[in-house]
Amino acid sequence: MSEPLLRVEHLKKYFKSARGMVHAVDDVSFTLEAGKTLGVVGESGCGKSTLGRTIIRLQEPTSGSVFFDGKDVSKLNRQGLWEQRRQMQMIFQDPFSSLNPRMTISQAIEEPLALYKICPDRTSRQKRVAELMDTVGLARRLYNTYPHELDGGRRQRIGIARALALNPRFIVCDEPVSALDVSIQAQILNLMQDLQKEFHLTYMFITHDLSVVYHISDEIMVMYLGQVIEKAPAEKLFANPVHPYTQALLSAIPVPSLHDRRERVLMTGELTSPIDPPAECRFSNRCRFATDHCREAEPQLLEVEPGHFVSCFLCER
Amino acid sequence: MNSSARPATSEELDFLSVQKNSQFRETFLRLCQNKAAVAGMIFLVFLILLAVFADLLFDYQTTCVDLNIAERLQWPSAEHWFGTDQFGRDLLARVVHGSRVSLSIGFIAVAFGLVVGGILGAIAGFFGGAVDNVIMRLCDVFLAVPMMLMAIVIVAALGASMVNLVIALAISCVPTFARIVRSAVLSVRDMEYVEAARAIGVKTGRTIFRYILPNCMGPIIVQTTLRIAATISNTAALSFLGLGVKEPQPEWGALLSSGRDFIRDSGYLATIPGVCIMLTILALNLLGDGLRDALDPRLK
Repeated sequence: MSEPLLRVEHLKKYFKSARGMVHAVDDVSFTLEAGKTLGVVGESGCGKSTLGRTIIRLQEPTSGSVFFDGKDVSKLNRQGLWEQRRQMQMIFQDPFSSLNPRMTISQAIEEPLALYKICPDRTSRQKRVAELMDTVGLARRLYNTYPHELDGGRRQRIGIARALALNPRFIVCDEPVSALDVSIQAQILNLMQDLQKEFHLTYMFITHDLSVVYHISDEIMVMYLGQVIEKAPAEKLFANPVHPYTQALLSAIPVPSLHDRRERVLMTGELTSPIDPPAECRFSNRCRFATDHCREAEPQLLEVEPGHFVSCFLCER
Repeated sequence: MNSSARPATSEELDFLSVQKNSQFRETFLRLCQNKAAVAGMIFLVFLILLAVFADLLFDYQTTCVDLNIAERLQWPSAEHWFGTDQFGRDLLARVVHGSRVSLSIGFIAVAFGLVVGGILGAIAGFFGGAVDNVIMRLCDVFLAVPMMLMAIVIVAALGASMVNLVIALAISCVPTFARIVRSAVLSVRDMEYVEAARAIGVKTGRTIFRYILPNCMGPIIVQTTLRIAATISNTAALSFLGLGVKEPQPEWGALLSSGRDFIRDSGYLATIPGVCIMLTILALNLLGDGLRDALDPRLK
């Protein structure tokens, strides 16, 4: 196997708060092969968005490294990071707030082209903008419209075109469809998959929607309170979830059948506070199977079957 | 998506020839749809033209300076549209020449305050932390002293002249602008499109000027128009105290305050300059409101 496109090692991002350090991302390590999609799932506030932002360094990591194509992104200086941004881009969650309301569509897409001096002159830049609009399925007559004149799906297409403008290899997609209607969601997801094939893109797809993540991901990483608790190829994870939290998550997916009722795993208990969490399994407060041992030490991420990693004491034995 | 595969229609190929109007033109056209703003704009343009061509209309020396006691305190008539003052000088001529002083002091002082205060406020709001603290605490020091008192101190220290008056009024505008711009920047700074700008490699200066400031124009424009109005009346107040423009040079505030002595028998002497100040301020406010709406593409 060749060197993975992205290798994250012991990445940590802590935020200062009045009551202590918030462990938003706590010691996350993983690798991602070129051309694949890694789905990152977890509930609100589990640090999945922060992880994505820290990887492309929209936020400075507290510690740890991110190797992109062998280069340590977390150590780059300002200029180096600027160069690196050509390779790694981001699609944002909310298409209503991720576009500058004062810029027309074409200006928004043209911006990165102009900044990185990709096209030699204005005409070629305009042509490239039009091409990008074709690529993401935006009609050319929308060239001079403002984002507020368009619906959510079209706006998200602008966001995608803007991210694609620099021909990146890696895109962090931060819940790109969660603000959209279900019918539009499918369009955008299909578009993203087509683009992935066409441009050989690597995605890190952050979402809380499990059906979406199954649809698009090669591998899925489940996060809980800043830590990775389970990581496996998509089929394996859905067929055989090992971590009690993953089991609970998957049982929450609605089944479109009246007769085929599944057991719902209901969680009780309080979410452990992410502010200076104690050295115990962070899920132990809500876990059905928690033992005293779970409250004494932190479990490590272990490989239970090839490619399937779980962080739980139950599967250590 | 197979849109790139199907043949392009002529409409699609023409997209570059249907260039949109320039931003300026578009804003102007939108402004013209607002009747109140157009009225304000016409009035201001008229005033500015009067100020620029004042010398052609009324000779400064003969109409504004030389005394003509025989014609003192005449009520408005066909000969003297605005009447004459206690020295027999034509009030219309003095108002027209006075507009030069009042408008230029108002505009220059506020422009200076806007630029300096705006940059300070944008820096404070965008970077936050220690920078923010230093800038804003300095502004607090300035704001703690009443604007009028501050202007008096500066003029008294530097000596009474028109330049010093502008400096005093400009400095007293800086902290208010810094505060307004800072709070506006704070409300926009954490929007996702600012982060998106960073992700596509937009550098800090461009982020502030292209992404943040255009989105906080509303409060800034309103504040600017109000501020010009306030500065004109402050100029008047300082002139009244003898710290501004000196006799016989006409200035609206000075005209207003000298007319005060004759308000019982010759009310027009104070009323007309007062109405001029009021109309100018009203026109500025109307134009400012119109501009704020015209600059916002969402309110098309």
